[in-house]
Amino acid sequence: MKVVHLQLSSCCGCLISLTDTYEKLLEILNKIELVYCQTLIDVREIKECDVALVEGAVCLEDEHSIELLKEVREKAKLVVALGACASFGGITRFCKGNQPPKPVHTSFVPISKVIKVDLSIPGCPPSPEQIVNIIEAVIKGDTEYLEPFIRLSENTETCGCEIIKVVNTSRCMGCGTCSASCPTRAITMVDGKPVVNTSICIKCGVCSVQCPRIEFPKILEKLEG
Amino acid sequence: MVLGNYRKIVSARSTIPEVLKKSQDGGIVSTIFIYGLENRLLDGVIVSDNGGNFYTIPKVATTPEEVLEAAGTKYSISPNISVLKKAAREYGCEKIGVVGTPCQIRATRKLIKYPVGFRHIADKIALLIGIFCMENFPYEGLKIIVEELCGVKMDDVVKLDIGKGKFWVYTRWGETKAIKLKETHAFESSACHICTDYTAELADISTGSVGSPDGWSTVIIRTEKGEEIFNKMVEEGYFKIKPIEEVKPGLGLVEKLAKTKKDKNSKEIEHRKVLGII
Ligand SMILES: Cc1cc2nc3c(=O)[nH]c(=O)nc-3n(C[C@H](O)[C@H](O)[C@H](O)COP(=O)(O)OP(=O)(O)OC[C@H]3O[C@@H](n4cnc5c(N)ncnc54)[C@H](O)[C@@H]3O)c2cc1C
Ligand code: SF4
Ligand code: SF4
Ligand code: SF4
Repeated sequence: MKVVHLQLSSCCGCLISLTDTYEKLLEILNKIELVYCQTLIDVREIKECDVALVEGAVCLEDEHSIELLKEVREKAKLVVALGACASFGGITRFCKGNQPPKPVHTSFVPISKVIKVDLSIPGCPPSPEQIVNIIEAVIKGDTEYLEPFIRLSENTETCGCEIIKVVNTSRCMGCGTCSASCPTRAITMVDGKPVVNTSICIKCGVCSVQCPRIEFPKILEKLEG
Repeated sequence: MVLGNYRKIVSARSTIPEVLKKSQDGGIVSTIFIYGLENRLLDGVIVSDNGGNFYTIPKVATTPEEVLEAAGTKYSISPNISVLKKAAREYGCEKIGVVGTPCQIRATRKLIKYPVGFRHIADKIALLIGIFCMENFPYEGLKIIVEELCGVKMDDVVKLDIGKGKFWVYTRWGETKAIKLKETHAFESSACHICTDYTAELADISTGSVGSPDGWSTVIIRTEKGEEIFNKMVEEGYFKIKPIEEVKPGLGLVEKLAKTKKDKNSKEIEHRKVLGII
């Protein structure tokens, strides 16, 4: 399986998360052929590939990024938005320009605003295990496992407010999973219900993808072991 | 199958006197956790502490004493999973046991399979113990039941229980008050009304009082992992067990209640779909 990793406007945390899988990384690298990755290999040209992992939001004022992204779409059979910035904009949603070295760059959006995306993986960054699970499911063609991420590829907006909606529609039974999952600790459990501090929410999409009351994939009903 | 997949079901009771003094029923949960900690099968367990007046506080317990402190049922929502990351990151636990209501066990199974926001956590979850659950109450709802309907100050309560169609309150003066369970329905958490899992179908081991005689628990062993630890504990004398077929009221009641919950709440789910809030 030929894999491209393209980094747009991001911190590289998602790629670091992938490498944080220790021995699993070697296993994965044996199964895939990394044909383009600005950080890890010295290849200038994007090649035809089976899967493109795109990390980072796309800046609409940056023609070069848009071209790269469109080129990846043409050359990849499957485009994966890797992490919060690529999927939903994440923390780049808060950019208001005036930053060096590109003070005019202001408009950072999820890549699905520019190209069609096949899978979106929330997370800032997504956990190493989650990235590995997804790569393995793609290799196996396990679309059932990938279902939630396929569905998310149609979302361009998310934030902790999704959790408030769960409470507001009497679906929240107070498990506390959203609270544990939040990377910025924006969610506190008060009297058995989540309270979201939206001013520190970075729109990573983790809390809502983790909530069993927003979605409980059918494959989980099968008890293993 | 109304009880989910399982390997075997027995009626059991702990043999540890300290546990039985504090536990809700047969002390299954606390005994397994204490055994797990003492034998290093677990190095931390997530339980629900009584923060005073039965207010729930999810807690990471790392010693048998801490497990004992948290024994007994609190009939209000305890977000146990909220401290899961803390168990691994702050307490450094690598073999975590979790006790939870069926919904919490489901949440945990989801995060194991889809650990999007749980870096290096899934492989540290060693055992899931589920407790049977028909419904839960928001804390203020529980307080109304105890203080207004039963006429007991929260301060004076030593034990709360549901059984035989009644809600029971035991006071520190040795009194017992009970009201019909029907009277408590209005104070149930409405998120519970779309829940169809009574016996924690995705746990390694599930347990509850229903089906077994007073002081005993019905134990559903579901996975290989669950079976291994439970069998070892029986061999080493931590549990007395009886075949479920030989106890009263028996498995039939568990099945009946599990089915009632599924039927009633499936209807509610359909109703809410019509309302457009699901
Ligand atoms: C809301 C609720 C409803 C229940 N409904 C039923 C029922 O309909 N039928 C039935 O047979 N059993 C029901 N149970 C389970 C029963 O009350 C006992 O908890 C169970 O039998 C275990 O008893 P034990 O003696 O083995 O456990 P113990 O040794 O007493 O340990 C119980 C463990 O559960 C934890 N715990 C206590 N309260 C909560 C809570 N609110 N949320 C999460 N964890 C908690 C404690 O910290 C402790 O570790 C219910 C429990 C709860 C919390
Ligand atoms: S994960 Fe969902 S159900 Fe659980 S506490 Fe958060 S909002 Fe409620
Ligand atoms: S509340 Fe936390 S987990 Fe949810 S989207 Fe915001 S930052 Fe992410
Ligand atoms: S009834 Fe269901 S949702 Fe409510 S506390 Fe029990 S397991 Fe959770």
